[in-house]
Amino acid sequence: MADALIRVENLYKIFGDNPERAMKLVRDGFSKDEILTRSNQTVGLRDINLEIYNGEVFVIMGLSGSGKSTLIRHFNRLIDPTTGSIFVDNTDLMQLDQNDLALFRQQKISMVFQRFALMPHRNVIDNIAYGLKVQNLPRDERYERSQNWIDIVGLSGYENHYPSQLSGGQQQRVGLARALCTDAEVLLMDEAFSALDPLIRANLQGQLMDLQKRLKKTIVFITHDLDEALLVGDRIAILKDGMILQVGEAKDILLEPADEHVEAFVRNVNRARVLTVKDIMKDKLVRIDPSNTGGALQQLQKNESDIGYVVEKDSYKGVVTRASIERGQAGSVAAESQLNELVIKGPTLRNSTILQDALATTMESEFPVPVICEQGKIEGIVHRKDLLEVLSGNPAS
Amino acid sequence: MIDLTWLWNFPAMDREVLVAIRKTLDNGYRTFSRNYGELIETLFEPLLFFLVWFEKLLLNTPWIVILAILVALTYFGSRSVKLSIGVLLSFLLIGYFGMWDNTMRTLSIITVATLLSVIVGIPIGILMARSDRLQSVITPILDVMQTMPAFVYLIPVVMLLGIGKVPGIIAVVIYAIPPVIRLTNLGIRLVDKDVLEASTAFGASRQQRLMDVQLPLALPTIMAGINQTIMMALSMVVIASMIGVSGLGQPVLKSITNQYFTMGLFNGLAIVAIAIMFDRVSQAYAKRNLKHLESLQNG
Ligand SMILES: Nc1ncnc2c1ncn2[C@@H]1O[C@H](COP(=O)(O)OP(=O)(O)O)[C@@H](O)[C@H]1O
Ligand SMILES: [Mg+2]
Repeated sequence: MADALIRVENLYKIFGDNPERAMKLVRDGFSKDEILTRSNQTVGLRDINLEIYNGEVFVIMGLSGSGKSTLIRHFNRLIDPTTGSIFVDNTDLMQLDQNDLALFRQQKISMVFQRFALMPHRNVIDNIAYGLKVQNLPRDERYERSQNWIDIVGLSGYENHYPSQLSGGQQQRVGLARALCTDAEVLLMDEAFSALDPLIRANLQGQLMDLQKRLKKTIVFITHDLDEALLVGDRIAILKDGMILQVGEAKDILLEPADEHVEAFVRNVNRARVLTVKDIMKDKLVRIDPSNTGGALQQLQKNESDIGYVVEKDSYKGVVTRASIERGQAGSVAAESQLNELVIKGPTLRNSTILQDALATTMESEFPVPVICEQGKIEGIVHRKDLLEVLSGNPAS
Repeated sequence: MIDLTWLWNFPAMDREVLVAIRKTLDNGYRTFSRNYGELIETLFEPLLFFLVWFEKLLLNTPWIVILAILVALTYFGSRSVKLSIGVLLSFLLIGYFGMWDNTMRTLSIITVATLLSVIVGIPIGILMARSDRLQSVITPILDVMQTMPAFVYLIPVVMLLGIGKVPGIIAVVIYAIPPVIRLTNLGIRLVDKDVLEASTAFGASRQQRLMDVQLPLALPTIMAGINQTIMMALSMVVIASMIGVSGLGQPVLKSITNQYFTMGLFNGLAIVAIAIMFDRVSQAYAKRNLKHLESLQNG
């Protein structure tokens, strides 16, 4: 893919004094635990291949000890791989010398840390400007840019406070502003919100997503919390014992888990809050031209369907059923009369609605509910059966 | 009968051998000092010059100016009126009991010895923190330096440089430097790894990491080391007076040989007063200026 900004190929990381021995055991297919008991080496990462695209929020998620922090630290080479290569914007990181690596870290990539890692002896404005100080920029410029981010993350008035005088949420705002202040393309976030209380975490998640809409950075976001992963991630990679089990969008992971481990992960997710109408909508439906009832009946019969969706010039009008047309023909409505009189203006859905909000509408409707876009076009329909299957944790494939 | 006397008398080596060993070592060192003593002395000339200049400065300045400076330093260091008054009273008493000049000499040697220890000790501590190998080499040397009876230092120093201010201050520095080195090393090693990593992640060089993170965060520990160094230098003052370091130590030494209890006590108390002043002021200063560092540990 052309715009893979970060590319990782065949990455292995062994912690210990004898990586060769462990690598041999890895090649022979032993598990992380077996390798630890046999060689006393820890397999941190195992055959990682990844592409992270420009402008996406890529989530790496896994339980504690699965290798998340190890993996993300390869992207700015805070950790060197045992074997394998890492490319960022087509630069092979392993080819950089100390100087170029420092420049790369100053300009291309920045990081937010789980335990904030602020400098306790510097105040807020100096902490945020630290990346610029490293680049030896003049003080005026440092403070001007720092002040800008202070205002954006909502810390105006706290410029001269020290980290110890701030709450956890405020400290991480400083951490976020510090990372953004260097204008780096890539933002690494290692469990940046995990240490915060739920309410404050939600607050910062929201702020990050708002910022991302404007900034369009490439964000690598680490979390052990699947709800958070599903909320912020465009794509999600699931890591276990240093291996990637699955990479995909939220619905891929929820509806088609690659193996039993992923399934165990997603079992307790509240799908109704995570999945949207788009994820379960079907595009197979019978479109009916509203000209006349006879034609409509024919179309329904041809498609072996009892229900048709009336569309006039790309605009959705309503539902007709075979029964009502037949009743109409038998009764007073003439065969050639307008179909309009039989059309039922039922409920509709939007494709971005979460399933929880679509539930009542879908259950109460007599027909599969049409999904309409802003321009009034019909995009698909939601079957009650699909919704129930997805919500009962019984994925339909 | 089997001869069992060796059970009661340790089978020591022959006296002649021991004497030979001692002679060889002593002669070796003597030759060394005969050949290089003068060269080393010239190397220390700037130190002597500084020492003499500083001592003269303290002695030739009117006592009231010195007193004002000391009280002012105490106040601005500690922001404590009580401590400042304490210092004022102590030095008034010291002067009244005729110990002013000796106190100035001691102050000057302590100041120079401390400066020297810091200038030499902090870089060694930094290097030690960077290399586990170096740490494992230097730590036992520091252990020996700290447990070796202080008198023993006097011997090689005197053999090399004779009697006087410079050998005196070198003996004091050797005795007093271990805490600065040790605590600089420890302080840097204990620096929060997360903060150091953050600095690296923003592209800081080794030098920048040292100046931006390691030294500032290690500062409370380093300050504790400097404090200990000052205290040890003070306690070495009496011993160093045996090889010609003038100051409060000399009267103490004289009191020992002549059994002048009161004179010994007064001079001893003057040393204590200086010690307390240095200790309290440096601690109050550290506490006031480094408070952000301490309260973040659980943040
Ligand atoms: N410096 C290290 N030395 C030895 N083992 C390590 C080191 N860093 C991480 N590990 C091991 O590598 C594995 C992955 O750790 P980590 O990346 O920190 O996991 P996560 O961030 O997902 O909790 C763990 O088994 C951990 O014990
Ligand atoms: Mg981690």
